[in-house]
Amino acid sequence: MAEIDPVTLAVLAGRMEQIADEMDATLFRSAFNPIIAEAHDASHGIYDAETGETLVQGKSGLPIFVGVMAFAVKAVIEKFARHGDVTEGDVFIFNDAHIGGTHLSDMRLVQPVFRDGQLFCYLASVGHWHDVGGAVPGNYNPSATEVFQEAFVLPPVRLYRAGELQQDVVDILLRNSRMPVSAQGDLNGQINALGLGVRRLDALIDEYGAETIDAALKALTERAGRLMAAEIEGLPDGRWEAEDFLDNDGISPEALAIRVALEVRADRLTLDFTGSAPACQGPVNIALPTSIACCYVAIKHIFPALPANAGVMRQIDIRVPEGSLLAADFPAPTGGYTETILRMIDVIFSAAAQAIPERVVANAYGTINALSIAGRRSDGRRWVMFSFYGGGHGGSLESDGLNHGNAPISTATIPPAEILEAAYPVIFRQWALRPDSAGAGMHRGGLGAIYEIEVMEEMGAQAFLFGERGRFAPKGVAGGGEGALNHFSYQTDDGWAEPPLVSKMVGIALRQGQRVRLETPGGGGYGPPGRRAPEAVARDVALGFINEDAATESYGDAWKGARA
Amino acid sequence: MSPARSGRMIGVDVGGTFTDVFLLDEAAGAVQVAKVPTTRPDQSGGFLAGIARVAEDLGTVGTVVHGTTAGTNALLERKGARIGLITTQGFRDALEMRRRDRRATWGLRGDYVPVVPRDRRFEVPERTLADGTILEEVDIAAVEAAARALIDMGCAAVAIAFVNSYANPGNERRAAEAVRALWPNAHVSASAEILPEIREFERTSTTALNAYLQPEIAGYLDRLEGALRGGGFAGEFLIVQSNGGVMSVETACRLPVRTALSGPAAGVIAAGYIAECAGFSDVITGDVGGTSFDVALIAGGASRLAAQTSIDFGLVVRTPMIEITTIGAGGGSIAWVDKGGLLNIGPESAGSDPGPVAYGRGNDRPTVTDANVVLGRIDPDRPIGGGLERLDVAGAAAAIDAHVGKPLGLDTLAAAEAILKVANARMAGAIRLVSIERGHSPARFAFMPFGGGGALHACALLSEVGLARAIVPRYPGVTSALGCVIADMRQDFVQTLNVLGDALDEAATGALIQAHADEGMGLLNASGVSFEARDVVVEFDMAYVGQTHTVPVPVPVVVEGGRVTPPSRAEVAEAFDAAYRSTYGRLLPGGTRRVLNLRTAVIGRRPKLDLALLAPGAGASAEAARQGTRRVHIGEEWHETALYDRLTLPVGAEVAGPAILAQPDTTILIEPGFTGRVDRFGNLIIERAGA
Repeated sequence: MAEIDPVTLAVLAGRMEQIADEMDATLFRSAFNPIIAEAHDASHGIYDAETGETLVQGKSGLPIFVGVMAFAVKAVIEKFARHGDVTEGDVFIFNDAHIGGTHLSDMRLVQPVFRDGQLFCYLASVGHWHDVGGAVPGNYNPSATEVFQEAFVLPPVRLYRAGELQQDVVDILLRNSRMPVSAQGDLNGQINALGLGVRRLDALIDEYGAETIDAALKALTERAGRLMAAEIEGLPDGRWEAEDFLDNDGISPEALAIRVALEVRADRLTLDFTGSAPACQGPVNIALPTSIACCYVAIKHIFPALPANAGVMRQIDIRVPEGSLLAADFPAPTGGYTETILRMIDVIFSAAAQAIPERVVANAYGTINALSIAGRRSDGRRWVMFSFYGGGHGGSLESDGLNHGNAPISTATIPPAEILEAAYPVIFRQWALRPDSAGAGMHRGGLGAIYEIEVMEEMGAQAFLFGERGRFAPKGVAGGGEGALNHFSYQTDDGWAEPPLVSKMVGIALRQGQRVRLETPGGGGYGPPGRRAPEAVARDVALGFINEDAATESYGDAWKGARA
Repeated sequence: MSPARSGRMIGVDVGGTFTDVFLLDEAAGAVQVAKVPTTRPDQSGGFLAGIARVAEDLGTVGTVVHGTTAGTNALLERKGARIGLITTQGFRDALEMRRRDRRATWGLRGDYVPVVPRDRRFEVPERTLADGTILEEVDIAAVEAAARALIDMGCAAVAIAFVNSYANPGNERRAAEAVRALWPNAHVSASAEILPEIREFERTSTTALNAYLQPEIAGYLDRLEGALRGGGFAGEFLIVQSNGGVMSVETACRLPVRTALSGPAAGVIAAGYIAECAGFSDVITGDVGGTSFDVALIAGGASRLAAQTSIDFGLVVRTPMIEITTIGAGGGSIAWVDKGGLLNIGPESAGSDPGPVAYGRGNDRPTVTDANVVLGRIDPDRPIGGGLERLDVAGAAAAIDAHVGKPLGLDTLAAAEAILKVANARMAGAIRLVSIERGHSPARFAFMPFGGGGALHACALLSEVGLARAIVPRYPGVTSALGCVIADMRQDFVQTLNVLGDALDEAATGALIQAHADEGMGLLNASGVSFEARDVVVEFDMAYVGQTHTVPVPVPVVVEGGRVTPPSRAEVAEAFDAAYRSTYGRLLPGGTRRVLNLRTAVIGRRPKLDLALLAPGAGASAEAARQGTRRVHIGEEWHETALYDRLTLPVGAEVAGPAILAQPDTTILIEPGFTGRVDRFGNLIIERAGA
């Protein structure tokens, strides 16, 4: 391996990150579908030619993809490259979540990059498509018991063979989507992003030479490993455990345990999920690649300066029991993977907080709360309003948690109520912070939200919800209290009703004028409530964030004499 | 000469550290510049002191134009007024909930404090639907009760923002009338008056920030105007907006939120004008400040406008503003080696206080400026501004050794070069971002450094990005003040339409454009300024149905005798296809066009300044400009480098690198292999030797 001087390395690190960022930006701009264009549910990067490990990844894509995309590349290496079956100009495509992680909506494209006839590295692009077939539009099917009810499954196949587009594959893809125009647009966007990445990388290699670039990529991996090792060495040695539960799998009412033991020995860290529930019938299973990527997300939230590079993971041993819901086998459904990884992040935070409370924030609201309201208009046109809803973040050593934030695995913003009201026959009766939802603490959690939505369409509507945290509240750390539970209710002809499975339900029939009401969890608190400044409590009371009785119960009487 | 140009014009740009003044006396064919320290918290002291430096008799001054950071600072420091918000039942918290974002992708730390706390946000019964239907009339008694409560709470201003008021402002307007009747107060901001555009958070935030700034900014501008008038000033007082145009002081008092990025915008306007006069209409500007590097791209003489910006997390201002890309790599940015052994620059900065190690004010971590000092690029005996006697070269070298040299195994000079190389690479990245990544080839563009620090890095950036040349303006440190003097007057209007392209009502759209044009022309008339020309520029925000990203679609409209001839549906459709194709390279077959917003800009073109006034006078000579030599480290070795007094170089002078050109507000480094040439406006054009 060629040596690389530290200055060239610093320059090249920025140049290569910029290539990945520019691939992200290319897709965000040109994607037709708002899940990519607005919510940035996509990612791009550069991956090792031998191992498929992440070398560089764009900064603006979805956090969970940092870590999961290497598995897409590894899948192509296993199936094709191992057998010498890749050629310059090939592009592979697939969505199989059991091989590549996350869920079937995420379409992955992998392109080998050649230099002087030699395989140099891989580029990859992943993006969340609007619709990939299956039983329900948008592929979030809470009652799925097999992947086949969620979407069509595409294993890794060639989209381009030696530079030639395989139109047969494109035809199969588009025929299996309810929204072929959108799918075609996203596919083109991803192809464009890869093409741009190849051009930019080629130009960089021309400028610096293949040996130097190769040396830089290897040096960046070494550096990532050293950074992670240095962070772990700063932690006390020991073993800390945490557990939490999912409400249920959407099919049967049993709670599902997720357990972790976090162990630190010198410069190595182990995350052992032994004791977590076995794979379940409903769609809260996740595949092993998703579990590993999720560990990376949790670690990077604790140590935000870590780079998006596989070197980080070399210092970490991850043990996921076979047959558990964290390593479910094909064809177990995985469409609700977001709920499970949010809970994994929560238990990792809870365990880490015992070792290094100053570095860890309390649990955030912990559910994506996918709520769909759909129906037909009088003229027969179909409408589907599908969105994720926000909640409170956890308190930290420095401050209270953020009110109404987005999920730790995502950076997506919520559409404005006015955009939703203009597009769908609904009216938001309430779009508000949820009082009394924050976990108590020296720094309390952020507040959750209340969304109350009324159906305006005279034909009525059908609703479904895929949520969590209806039975087990977001936890505090370092002595902080729990946030409020997720609470969903809907109007029937006999008054307000609640789902039998609390946070998940399909087939809710609503007439014109009837409403659904989603009250989302707040974040957990940080530190003992007794250490909260009385002025801060008095201020929360004055602002209506907490009622007087609850304030006294959590924090005692001291706030009553304090200036808000 | 037009009446507005009679007498003299003064541009004043108040920045974080310095207040810059540019005086143009066209009759006498002279300009004057001055730089005084910015006064805080009240900027009016520095403003008036600066003016006093260039004009004793304000009676001879025709126009004063002001670019200000007063609004930005009030937002960043949360020093606006105590205000209240009246909103639709159920939406009290929309302002605090934002768009469900967070501060940073990684880390999940930090909270958010809105400018209006929850106990000063009142809900009233009322409801308008997205199609403009009023579902529930506004409860005026509830509005009055809310207004009384806000008065009792000591509020100085109030914002009123109702859901869907962009579609029908009726309820909101009635509420505003009721508040104004009950509470005689100039500071009542109604959202549909300020931004009749869909998206309740962005509209509410912009309206609330307007109210938050209003008492402060109106008071500040009143004080300035009073002092100017007291000094005998009888001309026009104009304020620069974030869109790069100026507005009257009355408009600024009503819409202070439009000043949020006033200062930097004026700089970009000036840069574009200087470059165009010099014969280059494609230019990338780069302002190296203490903590950041700000880049803007001007293609074909036009700068890009962004629709909105966040002044800070959650402080969203939606009003057209010149698009400026900022990265955290300025002169004060700190160089450090991470635990993985990688050299980083910023984002942490020593700013201007304590500033670089060389300032000797207590910072001991090396900055980009320290690297420039150690390498001899900055004269330690003549520091720019700041009032320092001498820079501490040894201290800077020791800090570089300790924090960069030792961990990387480099000697002092190699470590200092490494810092500059990585800093230049980061700046180059920002230039690539606004050029290559947007489809512009850098080889077509000139680079214009302005601000104090940019000209030291110009040659490195030319090499790194492949830019054609650099243009260093005659007075780079007062570019923004110069921009004040030349900016056009501009009013922007927006109205959400949200209709399918085929359903666009031509007559109603024409009436809206007419109303915008009438109001804009009225403001131009009332300003007392005279113009060379007046333009009405119309743009629609459009997309295909199902898409959320809109593209700006310019549509030419004819205005004759004040009457607007509206564009036809077919013209709008055609313009969309052209705009969409140029953005995405292809159309969507079978897609349905949708018109989200109408945007109208009414522009009064002000007569342009003849930049030849800035050129060096007869006394300039290359001989007189030479000031000996200094050792400067460039690349891997010391070069005995010629020193020049930049302002004394005559038109046509050529200087081969290596050379250092010094002037009071900046230092220019011409590296070996480059040549600088003084053009007829006094700009220094730097190109590769032999180019």
